[in-house]
Amino acid sequence: MSELEFRRVSVTYGHGRTAHVAVESADLVVRPGTTHGLVGESGSGKSTMARIAVGLTPVSGGSILLDGVDITNRAREARLARRRVQMVFQDPFSALDPRMPIGASIAEGLLATGRYYNRIDRESRVHALLDRVHIDPARAGESPSAFSGGQRQRITIARALAAEPAVLIADEITSALDVSVQGVVLNLLRELQQELDLTMLFISHNLAVVRYVSDEVSVMRAGRIVEHGETSAVLAHPADPYTRELLRSVPVMGEPLELEDA
Amino acid sequence: MSTRFTRTLRTPAGITVMIGGVVVLLATVFGPVLFGEAATARDIAGRQQGVSLEHPFGTDELGRDLLARVIVATRVSVLLTLGATGISVIGGVLVGIIAAVLPPVARRLVNALIDILLSFPWLLLALFFSVIWGTTATGAMLAVGFAGIPVFGRLVSTLASSVAGSDFVHAARILGSSPLRTSVRHVVPNILPPLLVNTASHASVTLLSFAALSFLGLGVQAPEYDWGRLLNEGARRIYVDPMAAMGPGIAIVLTGVVFSLLGALFSEKRSNRTLRALPRRSRAETRAIPTVPEAAPVVEAVDLRVSFRSEDGGLVERVHGVTLSVAPGEIVGIVGESGSGKSVTAMAAAGLLGPDSLVESDSLVFRGIDMTREPTSVEKRRLALEQAMIFQDPLSSLNPSLTVGRQLREVSEIHGRMSRSAAAARAIEALTLVRIPDAARRLRQLPHEFSGGMRQRAMIAMGLMGTPRLIIADEPTTALDVTVQRQVLRALRDAQRSTGAAILLISHDIALVSGFCDRVVVMRGGRIVEELAADRLDDARHPYTRGLIACVPDMGTDRDKPLPVIDAEPPSGREPGTSASTDPTAEHTEVVA
Repeated sequence: MSELEFRRVSVTYGHGRTAHVAVESADLVVRPGTTHGLVGESGSGKSTMARIAVGLTPVSGGSILLDGVDITNRAREARLARRRVQMVFQDPFSALDPRMPIGASIAEGLLATGRYYNRIDRESRVHALLDRVHIDPARAGESPSAFSGGQRQRITIARALAAEPAVLIADEITSALDVSVQGVVLNLLRELQQELDLTMLFISHNLAVVRYVSDEVSVMRAGRIVEHGETSAVLAHPADPYTRELLRSVPVMGEPLELEDA
Repeated sequence: MSTRFTRTLRTPAGITVMIGGVVVLLATVFGPVLFGEAATARDIAGRQQGVSLEHPFGTDELGRDLLARVIVATRVSVLLTLGATGISVIGGVLVGIIAAVLPPVARRLVNALIDILLSFPWLLLALFFSVIWGTTATGAMLAVGFAGIPVFGRLVSTLASSVAGSDFVHAARILGSSPLRTSVRHVVPNILPPLLVNTASHASVTLLSFAALSFLGLGVQAPEYDWGRLLNEGARRIYVDPMAAMGPGIAIVLTGVVFSLLGALFSEKRSNRTLRALPRRSRAETRAIPTVPEAAPVVEAVDLRVSFRSEDGGLVERVHGVTLSVAPGEIVGIVGESGSGKSVTAMAAAGLLGPDSLVESDSLVFRGIDMTREPTSVEKRRLALEQAMIFQDPLSSLNPSLTVGRQLREVSEIHGRMSRSAAAARAIEALTLVRIPDAARRLRQLPHEFSGGMRQRAMIAMGLMGTPRLIIADEPTTALDVTVQRQVLRALRDAQRSTGAAILLISHDIALVSGFCDRVVVMRGGRIVEELAADRLDDARHPYTRGLIACVPDMGTDRDKPLPVIDAEPPSGREPGTSASTDPTAEHTEVVA
């Protein structure tokens, strides 16, 4: 089990007068074997946190540690460690190459392990992974267009698992899915976490979904982490006014919406 | 894909390309073998003859048959064309991909170089290269080929950088795939279709370039000959004997057309034929203005069916017999997942579906207007004033280049026949009602100066400019944050209270619908599965509705249990809950024709 720590990280896009601070001195620790929820609205910087952890966006300050190893620089050690942090994207339609059979996409995940697989090992691994995410392994040769959104999202999860990640980052993975499919994907994540002891950073704008999967939660607003703590404690007794506003805005089944002060 | 391609081949353009392609191919392969002798046999006595049965294109100054020479020249012309096109494409792909995967600074340098090369006309580049490689056929091929590299380089780098920005390339990068591997495995396969189209049309340009170079004496040299040289020789006596120049000209044009058509064929998209033909009205009917009793439903649809044209040209029914009625001032929510037909139902009820759809019903009435027929001008005006529409993405439903004020006034000025100042005053009122502060200043702004939530409220305000009886809101808050969602819903409710309009709210979020609406209509697979009062959701009987309520985690869901999962879409005629299929999202449609 691994630990992912963001230590006073800052991200600035652009230079000079057009510079825009996306993340400002954020601290966050994802404890080994737990799921850490990151909630915030659009533009809060939560997706930037995912991108810096996997190296898609450089940090402008601070460091990100995986089991104590800084993964933000360009050293070989950092690069190898970074491959142990994998990500599942929001949009399952653009996350899979439309011209590549899904089996080949999943096999791509094996690259990150740094081990060599011969054809037979590779195929059996892909089949096992497809089976793991409840997709018929016989369909490995089909292209992504033959699968629904929820199935594609499970395939991208299989690809991330193929990399044998120490930490899995899920960035809004259910927001492009129908609610019935969302349940299937969330159940799968829970299952995987229990079986594989994954450390997970679960990013979402949906408080109820974050609450369901996370042990701890951080609330982000305008590039800053405004509140963090154990999930039930934060949601039961939110200290920050913004967290309270978020909680009040979530529609509750069968209860008329309170709109008078909106 | 393959069946679609064979279908494309059966169109007139496809048949033309196939025949043309076969003719060019045969002439290339067998031309010199079959006609080589005729093309070189000299006949001094019969030189410079005009058109005859024996020599359809005449003969040249050594008495050689020109038709045979044109056919024999096909091989040289086509091979040079393909060679040069190949050089351009391969070189362009290499340059373009390198430009797309390099780090930013190097990428900018390569792109700048491409830009500089692009600013030279190709002929100038070709002349420059032919100085280096000399005036031979191969030299000309290299020259024309290299001159085409910047064109393809630019195309490929543009295409490749859009692919390079997609999530699957990011995923490959995170997994440790090298730039080279990513280019070969992901980028090239995804830019191939547009590249093929451009290669085919570029081949036709290259063919012309060669003809031009040889015509100018820079290309193929005697005793070799291609169409350009034949054209050159024929042009000297074009006034005496036009066929000597027109013969090779015809060959160039026809082959060029074959290449261009091939490109057009690759890029062909099937056009949608119009499906809807509304019955016309008699004049007496046109003049009659129906009176609307105030208590009558705003919308009443009986057995509404909507079909669209499918990929293979058949009709696919998406909405299978929906009966829906909305009372004045009522707030009705339609809930369903993607493919349930919820949006299509609402759009059909408002008469807003395009000509690619077929709407059938036993009756479809909006406040006394029969929506199954073409509306009269009076009815059109009433529809414009009495219906308001709010879509998910306000940025695409507002015109980005007109001020918000101008777009708000449009309804009142055109359909309400208001003066401009009266409409402007009304716009300020409407914007104030949806709680946009400083309305007068805001009206002078463009849509991009509004935040997402404000744009959505401006759309609501636009609906208020008429005399709305029905506001259709299709996923109005799906793209918005939850805190902003409340403001938009408040604006919607204020609008409903101040005008007495009914609202048809379409959403995937059953919690939201239950909190905002009077009545909830649950749709699945193009059918209504259940209708119930919003405060009686606990009484839901249908397993799908109950599943929909249970599968969404809320702030009280037990975290130690897996979420309940809705069973797969029932095959036609079966009740949900009995299906054993494992695909919960398979789209359920019925093929009609």
